[in-house]
Amino acid sequence: MSKVLSNKTLYDKIWDAHLVGQHDSGHSVLYIDRHLLHEVTSPQAFEGLVQAGRRPWRLECNIATPDHNVPTVDRQSGLQGIEDPISKLQVVTLDDNCKTFGIEQFDINDIRQGIVHVVGPEQGLTLPGMTVVCGDSHTSTHGAFGALAQGIGTSEVEHVLATQCLVQSKSKNMRIFIDGQLGKGVYAKDLIMAVIRQTGTAGGTGCTIEFCGSAIEALSMEARMTVCNMAIEAGARAGLIAVDEVTLNYVKNRPYAPKGEQWNQAVSYWQSLVSDPGASFDQEITLNASELEPQVSWGTSPELVMGISEKIPEPGDFSSPDKQELAAHSLAYMGLSAGQSISEVSLDRVFIGSCTNARIEDLRVAAEVVKGQQTSKQIKQALIVPGSGLVRQQAEAEGLHEIFKAAGFEWRDPGCSMCLAMNDDRLLPKERSVSTSNRNFEGRQGHLGRTHLVSPAMAAASALTGKITDPRKYL
Amino acid sequence: MKAFSKMTGRVAPLDRANVDTDQIIPKQFLKSIKRTGFGDNLFDAWRFLDEGSMEKSPNERQINFNFVLNQERYQGTSILLTRSNFGCGSSREHAVWALLEYGFECVIAPSFADIFYNNCFKNGLLPIVLEEKYIEEMFTEMKRIESLGDGQVYSLMVDLPGQCVTKPDGSPISFEIKPDNKTTMLEGLDEIGTTLRMQPAIKAFEKRHKAAQPWLFS
Repeated sequence: MSKVLSNKTLYDKIWDAHLVGQHDSGHSVLYIDRHLLHEVTSPQAFEGLVQAGRRPWRLECNIATPDHNVPTVDRQSGLQGIEDPISKLQVVTLDDNCKTFGIEQFDINDIRQGIVHVVGPEQGLTLPGMTVVCGDSHTSTHGAFGALAQGIGTSEVEHVLATQCLVQSKSKNMRIFIDGQLGKGVYAKDLIMAVIRQTGTAGGTGCTIEFCGSAIEALSMEARMTVCNMAIEAGARAGLIAVDEVTLNYVKNRPYAPKGEQWNQAVSYWQSLVSDPGASFDQEITLNASELEPQVSWGTSPELVMGISEKIPEPGDFSSPDKQELAAHSLAYMGLSAGQSISEVSLDRVFIGSCTNARIEDLRVAAEVVKGQQTSKQIKQALIVPGSGLVRQQAEAEGLHEIFKAAGFEWRDPGCSMCLAMNDDRLLPKERSVSTSNRNFEGRQGHLGRTHLVSPAMAAASALTGKITDPRKYL
Repeated sequence: MKAFSKMTGRVAPLDRANVDTDQIIPKQFLKSIKRTGFGDNLFDAWRFLDEGSMEKSPNERQINFNFVLNQERYQGTSILLTRSNFGCGSSREHAVWALLEYGFECVIAPSFADIFYNNCFKNGLLPIVLEEKYIEEMFTEMKRIESLGDGQVYSLMVDLPGQCVTKPDGSPISFEIKPDNKTTMLEGLDEIGTTLRMQPAIKAFEKRHKAAQPWLFS
């Protein structure tokens, strides 16, 4: 009898391997292997558990770290270093909940603390083939490991705590195929921004996106995480990249990764985590990486992106009334004019950090650009916020912090920081930043602040000139 | 969760696409550890001219009278009519809590972002997807009624069991909703309770899963 050929996508495979059953409503019940928690979206979930007299289903699947609301200065003071009493209460509440329920936490004093999406992979808590959830939309980051990783709301955080399951409907399959080779000074960040420009912020709605093609295969794990991180900005709850040698080499010997015989067993399973040749996708998009120049966002939606050499578009350049209105709103909010060259635009602050771009590779690239140079006098503040205590430690071991400090950057402690400005790191009204984060929404980095999303290299180059600058001149 | 079946309510028009959850409830209000208290800060940066914070009470704020929800005729509205990709961005469920607490029971748009859409069903806020042409019609009809200046209001009747929205002139528009989401809303299901009743299936799954991927259990 001939073997039936499987024609499943990677998403289909992970979905099928975690399907527990169905509710009468028709929703599927999916088993969750890893649940990451932070201080902002978990307190109401723990409160719900307590009120219902429930306990976590499987403690060891959960791991917590505070990130959104922690200060990035004076870390040695621990909790006492949090000046805002409301922020402090939230971080203390996470401490208390983790203690009460027995959930492992990398707390504010732990060298392993950091942005939850940097910490999970770094510790080997994220493994190929897993289902991963967190009450944060950028959980899509972990899809870089061939894991089905999704952001969830607080009710779902409570549901996962109580049942180890998530109730949902299966998404459609979308494939983004990227051929070619990134040029010098063009990075994963530029690639994903160009993708979102093409798909729009709703292009991936209802889909799980698998990124593939030679340009994706050539990326490091850090860079793949940057790509999957912003799948949500294309509207997709999850982004995925198939497992290969790059994945395995990254995961091997991480503290929570399997060891010895279990490692071999895991690897032989993980190697099956690719879409079958005959798999079909509901939607496909192709892109050529070779054609890309460094990208920068100019509006208040991550789809409003341009190449560094292009002129700022006018609303009439867009086809639908919705997009024309978005462009018009964006120009007004951002204080820009159509037809302007983006490199004329003057900056106030520079932010290098976030779950998109705060890993060691990102810091290395930024350091390469600024080494031996000075930030522009016009720049009021240039922040480097490492993604975790261990990234910070590694950067210091390589001497990167000295390069940054000598160039006029502030070398900070790990956290989400100015990506969403919940702590004191923020833009003042009408201040303009280049930022290596993921969202340029109105007010995202501070009330009436203006954000341009860029790669770490472009952020670093722009810090030197005080204007949005093509990093290729500095590499 | 509160069940949703039928309602009739006045409509507020938010004529903007891609309204993200950072706009629905800005980050500074996410510092709360409670599920309540977000209604006063719904669309904070649009409703008020000054920067909001958790310490400021609504009485001390500078109101932006140009913003649609601050207009007299839209006080007490319970249906929000808006444009495509509503609720994109952050997964913060606080966005849904803020809309509900402000008084909205239903949001009508051509499309919603996934996580927001999903969060709605966990809280009894009904998101209705209607074709662009119907949304356009409603915006136009609202403008016309308002321009008469005779105090007429634009109300809709929403019937979830019948999957129908009835306009003021009595014309019905049917809408699609997945049966699973519909059931969840109609019954106001306690999803955790429902899943916990599957305890034997979850335990059996864990046994199989452990055999297949033992490294996840060591």
